[in-house]
Amino acid sequence: MPGKLKVKIVAGRHLPVMDRASDLTDAFVEVKFGNTTFKTDVYLKSLNPQWNSEWFKFEVDDEDLQDEPLQITVLDHDTYSANDAIGKVYIDIDPLLYSEAATVISGWFPIYDTIHGIRGEINVVVKVDLFNDLNRFRQSSCGVKFFCTTSIPKCYRAVIIHGFVEELVVNEDPEYQWIDRIRTPRASNEARQRLISLMSGELQRKIGLKVLEMRGNAVVGYLQCFDLEGESGLVVRAIGTACTLDKLSSPAAFLPACNSPSKEMKEIPFNEDPNPNTHSSGPSTPLKNQTYSFSPSKSYSRQSSSSDTDLSLTPKTGMGSGSAGKEGGPFKALLRQQTQSALEQREFPFFTLTAFPPGFLVHVGGVVSARSVKLLDRIHNPDEPETRDAWWAEIRQEIKSHAKALGCHAVVGYSESTSICEEVCILSASGTAAVLNPRFLQDGTVEGCLEQRLEENLPAGCGFCHIPYDELNMPFPAHLTYCYNCRKQKVPDVLFTTIDLPTDATVIGKGCLIQARLCRLKKKAQAEANATAISNLLPFMEYEVHTQLMNKLKLKGMNALFGLRIQITVGENMLMGLASATGVYLAALPTPGGIQIAGKTPNDGSYEQHISHMQKKINDTIAKNKELYEITPPEISEEIIGSPIPEPRQRSRLLRSQSESSDEVTELDLSHGKKDAFVLEIDDTDAMEDVHSLLTDVPPPSGFYSCNTEIMPGINNWTSEIQMFTSVRVIRLSSLNLTNQALNKNFNDLCENLLKSLYFKLRSMIPCCLCHVNFTVSLPEDELIQVTVTAVAITFDKNQALQTTKIHVEKSLQRASTDNEELLQFPLELCSDSLPSHPFPPAKEHLESASSNSGIPAAQRAVTVEKASPMGEGNFRNRSAPPCANSTVGVVKMTPLSFIPGAKITKYLGIINMFFIRETTSLREEGGVSGFLHAFIAEVFAMVRAHVAALGGNAVVSYIMKQCVFMENPNKNQAQCLINVSGDAVVFVRESELEVVSTQQPTANCQPSCTGGEVTT
Amino acid sequence: MTSELDIFVGNTTLIDEDVYRLWLDGYSVSDAVALRVRSGILEQTGATAAVLQSDTMDHYRTFHMLERLLHAPPKLLHQLIFQIPPSRQALLIERYYAFDEAFVREVLGKKLSKGTKKDLDDISTKTGITLKSCRRQFDNFKRVFKVVEEMRGSLVDNIQQHFLLSDRLARDYAAIVFFANNRFETGKKKLQYLSFGDFAFCAELMIQNWTLGAVGEAPTDPDSQVDDMDMDLDKEFLQDLKELKVLVADKDLLDLHKSLVCTALRGKLGVFSEMEANFKNLSRGLVNVAAKLTHNKDVRDLFVDLVEKFVEPCRSDHWPLSDVRLFLNQYSASVHSLDGFRHQALWDRYMGTLHGCLLRLYHD
Repeated sequence: MPGKLKVKIVAGRHLPVMDRASDLTDAFVEVKFGNTTFKTDVYLKSLNPQWNSEWFKFEVDDEDLQDEPLQITVLDHDTYSANDAIGKVYIDIDPLLYSEAATVISGWFPIYDTIHGIRGEINVVVKVDLFNDLNRFRQSSCGVKFFCTTSIPKCYRAVIIHGFVEELVVNEDPEYQWIDRIRTPRASNEARQRLISLMSGELQRKIGLKVLEMRGNAVVGYLQCFDLEGESGLVVRAIGTACTLDKLSSPAAFLPACNSPSKEMKEIPFNEDPNPNTHSSGPSTPLKNQTYSFSPSKSYSRQSSSSDTDLSLTPKTGMGSGSAGKEGGPFKALLRQQTQSALEQREFPFFTLTAFPPGFLVHVGGVVSARSVKLLDRIHNPDEPETRDAWWAEIRQEIKSHAKALGCHAVVGYSESTSICEEVCILSASGTAAVLNPRFLQDGTVEGCLEQRLEENLPAGCGFCHIPYDELNMPFPAHLTYCYNCRKQKVPDVLFTTIDLPTDATVIGKGCLIQARLCRLKKKAQAEANATAISNLLPFMEYEVHTQLMNKLKLKGMNALFGLRIQITVGENMLMGLASATGVYLAALPTPGGIQIAGKTPNDGSYEQHISHMQKKINDTIAKNKELYEITPPEISEEIIGSPIPEPRQRSRLLRSQSESSDEVTELDLSHGKKDAFVLEIDDTDAMEDVHSLLTDVPPPSGFYSCNTEIMPGINNWTSEIQMFTSVRVIRLSSLNLTNQALNKNFNDLCENLLKSLYFKLRSMIPCCLCHVNFTVSLPEDELIQVTVTAVAITFDKNQALQTTKIHVEKSLQRASTDNEELLQFPLELCSDSLPSHPFPPAKEHLESASSNSGIPAAQRAVTVEKASPMGEGNFRNRSAPPCANSTVGVVKMTPLSFIPGAKITKYLGIINMFFIRETTSLREEGGVSGFLHAFIAEVFAMVRAHVAALGGNAVVSYIMKQCVFMENPNKNQAQCLINVSGDAVVFVRESELEVVSTQQPTANCQPSCTGGEVTT
Repeated sequence: MTSELDIFVGNTTLIDEDVYRLWLDGYSVSDAVALRVRSGILEQTGATAAVLQSDTMDHYRTFHMLERLLHAPPKLLHQLIFQIPPSRQALLIERYYAFDEAFVREVLGKKLSKGTKKDLDDISTKTGITLKSCRRQFDNFKRVFKVVEEMRGSLVDNIQQHFLLSDRLARDYAAIVFFANNRFETGKKKLQYLSFGDFAFCAELMIQNWTLGAVGEAPTDPDSQVDDMDMDLDKEFLQDLKELKVLVADKDLLDLHKSLVCTALRGKLGVFSEMEANFKNLSRGLVNVAAKLTHNKDVRDLFVDLVEKFVEPCRSDHWPLSDVRLFLNQYSASVHSLDGFRHQALWDRYMGTLHGCLLRLYHD
């Protein structure tokens, strides 16, 4: 009997009128947990009942505590007929099960009914008394913390990052059970909501068990998804990264870690590394023994056959990197072995994280992805979800081998998704192949030394760009150059990744959202034939999406993509591809060449003219974009780049057909400069359209930026005003003679118009940036395309932004200068200080713009910014200190980011994972589909906020709307929608308030172990 | 390609003040879009008409959902569905309950019933205010009336508490409720020159001095079903007003009153001779108005009578406002010197209010 759950029902308010005669309600409450139910008294004739009940006590196993939700039902008492349900509240009590999170859940919860929506509120208090459980063979995993955040949570430190955890559970979907024919829609919806709640509880518990087995205490980057497979069942699956986290006693202590090592740069010689193994450069090193010893228990049992290939790869990469030359070579090899041996223990060396502790990420290979098309069959035995498990295992195996081909032993920024249409399901997985620093993967014994040396050896800001694979044995044709930052290692000409931009990366200018959009018609088919058709289309879609991304990246004058997410959606008669990423200009990578257009029929005069006109347009756009995104790389003359790459210059080309022979290249060479150009051949109308579509993407209006990563490269000082939003659009295609082109255009317009609408709506927040822009496409019916966007708009201070960019560039140049001081054109003073106090000209324009604006003090600017935006939460701030007397509703911020600008997260209260169904049989009366969905999403936000507030929090971070399935039947006046959201409930404190607190009572909150020295940073 | 569904939901509910105004003014989405286009917003922001259409629809939907809450403003404060900063909540409420001068003049003093609601068509045509907006304003009046009708205590306070309006707006509503309750005639042609502000001013004075709430602190017996403190005129007081008739019925008293006033004002009044000639008429007018207030019908005609019996005669003689003030001061004060007159307190309660009202009503 390891736990006692206590619930008290305090009061209700704003209840609906249930008795037409009296215009009042006789309400009472049923409190249910597991199979036990308690009831309150009936509170007669009131819309604001005061039950003030006793404490209802449930004595339960902690296993049940984890799985079961607390179910509170509000009913209207009726003497003569059955009591009418007003609505329900489901409370996930998981946050009460670990010590550092919430201790009590108390507050007003919206009473929710799947047919009527929110109907009043109820005030509930929930507590849990947990008894210590020493049972080794327990089934529960109480105490394991879950985070949706895909980085190490702000007030924790990662001791060990264990690695990938996954689990899935399956069940029959209540909507498709025979009983559904005879029960009401409400009963059916509630059965579904309850089942999913139970399943996610179970899933979380099972994942927790795996984490405990690995000796971890937390799951970071927890991503749980539902697959509504219809007839064949309901799958709830989750992936995450198991970690051992240490709570930082002071939230500030985490930050400065990366500032220190640069001073000691040359003091620790390579050879003096305390770890003796580092000397050996061969593949078979005794180090393995050491690294084997740490490994988590779970992986032994599941050792996969693939480890053989692991080993076979080792010698090759070891040699290869030797030839890459210079001092980084042997070290790289060593590192690889070390990491590899640490990682090969795992079945899947995957990490769902997208941002990492400093020094964790060593090299990035590129994006790896795998898709597979499956036919759904009924899940016969829900307790043995083997088929689904096997499907995913297969895909993960493929990802792993892709990563290996890139010379990488780990995959970071890993995610999985599905798209289902009838009985066909596309499973997708993607991530970024990477080489990791083994330190974080092992016990804390070797902490410090290796990490430090590592950071010194690989110049910060460019190390991750250096190729991890062997250049003589490249897995794909790529154009390598010496790193533009350190000049020592090779880098590719472009870099695609699924992770966030590393904080220490040196970026020039700002980034921008880049999307590739694509539709392909497909014949309607059944089962096998359908699956085959889809399988055949997939590679072409991938190829075209990739091409589009590449073209758009070049057009922006940038050379790297972060946060890349390619979504392929399957519908009855089409496939849609949508790729979103944030383009940036990495200083370490070469300047991208332009785009050259080549015509097929060079003799035709007017055609020629047309081509040259287009060429001019493209060149203009590139120039304009460079200016817009402030891409002004410091001019570096050709000699400085160093010895020319020995291999013959390979021209990256985009070919319409893959059968082009290489000697055509010279013919098409229209590039005038030293830079390699990207050649677009226009040989048919298709290609023509591609070029047109390239140019139709309009940049955001001035004052707006957008990205799909956590933060916008090049903007650093956010002000505190944030606005999270969800926007949904559904368009109906005219079914007449749909062509791929028409479809593409429709889809493109849909996305572009949606973005334009967002910019317009949020215009009062200028200057602002849309961060974490997350597009989801679904095809609910034959001719319907649904696009859902969730993002957060954050205002920033334009003036300061420029200054910080400047500092950023300075910093980066300084870093570069430590390595090749003599190569830079202007003299450099080497300061030991990492933050130089005096500016020097890194690039003329930066300085000019910075100095021209610096006349206005930043603080003053901030004030005017706030005044200028009448909308939003800026206004809250003045009031937040003394809570407004007449308003009882506290403000809860929501953001898809892992942080809150201008504030410090002081506590994580637990994961929020909610699933709602809403149905209506009076669609017209509720304002049509738009009115229905608008109200529902607003209600979902409200319920999330209420739960966070009840936990004692004031924000949700890493918020994500994972599913928004909308179905309508206007003829029957019906609609149904399912929404699944999740995030981390947190407490944050404004930085300004934090300072006051820390100066007033410097040690009040500190534990003895805390050294208060760093609080002020 | 047609848009089936198009929504935007923010964690903080976006409120566009301009669109809110258009919505309150009762414009349809397409009219609102056209008006926004005309305002030049497309040029300023570089948006397209489609974007504007979508944005307007979104805001309209939000307002439509908020409207239910605006009917009971405290609900807006406590609800959880829309996260709106307090300053914005106040703005939403204040604007929702704001009304058009032209509209309020049409319905002021009318019974807030179905019958009047049917006339809204005509009012809409007459004033050029959309029917939708007329309905909202009318329903607001009616809603406030219903809520405070049965309440005790200060009318303004009750309105403020239940509708969270600003002081200014709450006072206006108090006047509207007071007028509707007492059904004062305000629509006659000769009253057309008066603004809502004029009436509201008078209403406030009357609430302060002529209602039950004005006399007493709390009623002695809290259970007694006395009339609404601030909404109904003090019946006893109205009955007593008959006693003032002696001022004009008793010829000696009237002469004495006239001589007292004339003596005091000689040389000070530009229109002295006109005053002297008209004194008896004016005094008779004012006192008779008081005496008639026992009948409900005459109460309704109060403003018509005041204008007919006092404002118009003075105006036809071109009295300047300053002279009216001097006259009224002296006229009220002199009564204290009439030894034979015993109802000084009653006179003050009547004349004190009337004095203020008449000065306010006296303009072109």
